[in-house]
Amino acid sequence: MSAHDLPLLEVRDLAKSYGGLQALKPTGFELWPGEVLAIVGESGSGKTTLLSCLAGHVPADGGSVRFRLREGTGVDLLQMAEAERRLLARTEFGFVHQNPRDGLRLNISAGGNIGERLMAAGWRHFGRIRGEALAWLDRVEIDRSRIDDLPRGFSGGMQQRLQIARNLVTRPRLVLMDEPTGGLDVSVQARLLDLLRRLVAELDLAVVIVTHDLAVARLLSHRMLVMRQGQVVEQGLTDRVLDDPQHPYSQLLVSSILAA
Amino acid sequence: MSGAYNFAYLDEQTKRMLRRALLKAVAIPGYQVPFASRDMPLPYGWGTGGIQVTAAVLGQDDVLKVIDQGADDTTNAVSIRAFFRKTAGVATTERTAEATVIQTRHRIPERPLHAGQILVFQVPIPEPLRFLEPRERETRRMHGLADYGAMHVKLYEDVARMGRITTSFAYPVKVAGRYVMDPSPIPKFDNPKLHDCPALQLFGAGREKRVYAIPPHTTVESLDFEDHPFEVQRWDRPCGLCGSTDSYLDEVVTDDQGGRLFCCSDTDFCRERRDRMDEGR
Repeated sequence: MSAHDLPLLEVRDLAKSYGGLQALKPTGFELWPGEVLAIVGESGSGKTTLLSCLAGHVPADGGSVRFRLREGTGVDLLQMAEAERRLLARTEFGFVHQNPRDGLRLNISAGGNIGERLMAAGWRHFGRIRGEALAWLDRVEIDRSRIDDLPRGFSGGMQQRLQIARNLVTRPRLVLMDEPTGGLDVSVQARLLDLLRRLVAELDLAVVIVTHDLAVARLLSHRMLVMRQGQVVEQGLTDRVLDDPQHPYSQLLVSSILAA
Repeated sequence: MSGAYNFAYLDEQTKRMLRRALLKAVAIPGYQVPFASRDMPLPYGWGTGGIQVTAAVLGQDDVLKVIDQGADDTTNAVSIRAFFRKTAGVATTERTAEATVIQTRHRIPERPLHAGQILVFQVPIPEPLRFLEPRERETRRMHGLADYGAMHVKLYEDVARMGRITTSFAYPVKVAGRYVMDPSPIPKFDNPKLHDCPALQLFGAGREKRVYAIPPHTTVESLDFEDHPFEVQRWDRPCGLCGSTDSYLDEVVTDDQGGRLFCCSDTDFCRERRDRMDEGR
């Protein structure tokens, strides 16, 4: 069996409560290398909680998240020591925040933002770090001359593209995205979606993308989960779910899209 | 010595508390140990951390030297020296060679230190990661996990903006291959002196309530890039008073006509060289 025949991520019975509120009921899914999985649902449906538990930003109450390492062995992210988990997070994962201000260092130049993960991974040659930063600015369509500018002077779309470059520079295998197109105007969204599609294909990335925008899910994802009140109510291939929704809630979601 | 004070101002229990913290600091080189910093009769920023460490390590037979920016005759140095003369009755000196305890602000003496001496640094901000990460909880976790990639970002920014590493004081170091440490605002000129030093080096931050240490003969590396290695400051002229070409120089304005004098910041080192020149004459 090649690496592509085994799931990259196996999530089993992942659950999270905040006090008496069960934000995420025991949930499981699998993600294969190179696959884009969209998690859709209304606000408060538990999709961001699910993503935060996967990323380790909030501790899960129970369940397991098995991640397959490059050499083929699986590790449970929830049982791992924090030092190991952080090392993985720096090299194998990316996390794209909805608000680029949460994912960038605004008082550090664009080049420094891209280079940080490389330096964390042990790069100590300034020329090579800078070369890599320039190459990534090209890939995310930011002008090379902006490398020494602070991201606080960038437009929202540029900040989001910079955040993507900063995450992808160490060639992670899994990227988690929380509403990456939220808060951007429609033409900027379209450009960002094109860019994401291209990068995902080029780098063979596995992506979990949380969105409430079904158009984003349709464009980017292969498969989707529909969440409501902390649980998955429907899952399947994106086109199937969107064209032939089975669960009443999915039907409601799909029918509530305004046709332009 | 005034009878109204306990030896070296602090009470014995406070000194024991400080010594326990210092022992832990020596056992884990470069690690910041919290301690119950006391109010001292001088304002924060004037050396409240250093003065507490000095009080904790001072014995009756010690000879104390205090310097501020290398000089023995500046306000801060004079008043701290007078403070310990009054409260501990210890002998004081301006000579680096004769001192057993040296409290310093912003410099390491030019004359190499020897075994048995203790150098006490006054530290304003002990956390080298503070510039990148404002949350104390997070910086402590970063130290715990040796998660130091962000530390190079500051140096990257220097080279990207200025073409070289322009950080010239409080230049971050890695101690004994483990903890990244702020060496206090000494010029990076003094960083090489931290490495493999035969004297014990103690650091006290009063406001931030932290002590840390470099035990004698510990490896101390200054962070850098392969293609932009660590370098110390150089001057294109010798000291205007003693002619030294390898000491740290201060620029002193001498008149209103643009007159400048470059001279050693270490006043004891400069005086010693001039005395030797006079003898040779």
